[in-house]
Amino acid sequence: MELIKDGKRLDGRGFNELRDIKIEVGVLNRAIGSAYVEWGRNKVMAAVYGPREMHPKFLRDPTKAVLRCIYNMAPFSVEDRKRPGPDRRSVEISKISSEALSHVVMLERYPNSAIDVYVEILQADAGTRCVGLTAASVALADAGIPMKDMVASCASGKVNGEIVLDLMKEEDNYGDCDLPLAVIPRRKEVVLLQMDGKLTQDEFKKAYEVAIDGSMQVYEIQKNALLKSVNEVKIGE
Amino acid sequence: MNIEAYLRKDYITNLIKEGKRLDNRKLDEYRKIEIQKGYVGEKASGSAFVKLGDTKVLAGISMNVGTPYPDSPASGIMTVNTEFRPMASPHFETGPPGEKAVELARVVDRGIRESGSIDTGKLFIEDGKVWIVFIDIHMIDDGGNLMDAAGIAAISALLDTKLPKYEDNQVIRGEFVGKLPMTGTPVPCTSVKVGDTMLSDPATDEEYAMDSRLTVTTTTADMMNAMQKGGKGSFTDENVMQAVDLSFKHGKEIRKLVEK
Repeated sequence: MELIKDGKRLDGRGFNELRDIKIEVGVLNRAIGSAYVEWGRNKVMAAVYGPREMHPKFLRDPTKAVLRCIYNMAPFSVEDRKRPGPDRRSVEISKISSEALSHVVMLERYPNSAIDVYVEILQADAGTRCVGLTAASVALADAGIPMKDMVASCASGKVNGEIVLDLMKEEDNYGDCDLPLAVIPRRKEVVLLQMDGKLTQDEFKKAYEVAIDGSMQVYEIQKNALLKSVNEVKIGE
Repeated sequence: MNIEAYLRKDYITNLIKEGKRLDNRKLDEYRKIEIQKGYVGEKASGSAFVKLGDTKVLAGISMNVGTPYPDSPASGIMTVNTEFRPMASPHFETGPPGEKAVELARVVDRGIRESGSIDTGKLFIEDGKVWIVFIDIHMIDDGGNLMDAAGIAAISALLDTKLPKYEDNQVIRGEFVGKLPMTGTPVPCTSVKVGDTMLSDPATDEEYAMDSRLTVTTTTADMMNAMQKGGKGSFTDENVMQAVDLSFKHGKEIRKLVEK
């Protein structure tokens, strides 16, 4: 399938260009922290509850809190209805997202407790794990839970032989490779890295750099959204 | 929490900081790999028993006939399933597969699927009927690095697999028409980071001490098909590139053993 024409992608983007990203902070009233992210045609909401008592009890860790991130796709988020409930894909994404977020949250401050992060994919258009992680990280910051850094995430991939940033649905379906990645921006270290498809070692190096640069751009958008949400608070309200 | 891991972590971390490993291996050295193809050869269509040091894994292949996916009506289907049997470790329990088992199965699946190693185009029988390749991996004894052991077992078992005879809408068990059509040998290789040190093929104690893990599946000397980072730590750029280099290097060696 022809996905690149005259050096432009199907939606007119250049190779290293992100889709439009809009982040809203504090969108839910019950949750301790929350965020809503529109990223291209993705719509994703994240909520944080805790630190709170850990149930079941045997999962408690007397040395630190346990962070549990649950990634869930709404049945209507994709064209062919997704059967509700956890499947193998969402179990895997929940696991790696939990691990990525656990690296930045100062869990040792809350022994025996749980920090629950819920990521709901309301509309999916490729790259939902990156969008979910980006939203989750903003929601944790909104919750005021001490963190060493943010987690910013973006994918790169290979489409018609070119390394491009932030795959959209058509590129994900008919491209040659997908490489989702998440960084902790201050140290530029990787906390999530996956790849599937076909890449040579040189192509990987390029795709890796492109994904890191994309994630750093996402970080700026996260930071701006958080700053804006703090500035909006008026005394007396 | 795993008390054993908590108690041993510092000791192992300090040892590795000095460049030493408990079993005297070099940092980038694999344990001895033994592959026994056709281990359960009488019923399964293919199988392989793999020892990676004292980690033991058994993979079995079942060939069934079924309906193809609507978006690829002319292609066969493959699925990978893993079972972390409680016999393999005091930390495994009965019940449906946990997140570790799901992750492992999906990483092994991605390597085989994305490399196109099973020639699914040749698994078409007739309209609405294709072969389904079930890859089931049983963890027998967990001495660390189940990921690589499982991946090696899966691809070894596939190379051992025979295609059953299909006649009058029936699979004729025990009669075969040839080998399962295979075009490549994907091999997952895992490196872990303990403190600031990267090492290959972690044993159980080293998994207790590790901060993060990176598995890279390579299929030829310059083709990678799957990658997965796990664990709560982070990787620098150098860590990632080192792990990729190590995976290409070890992949080449292990591929020779698997294809033997």
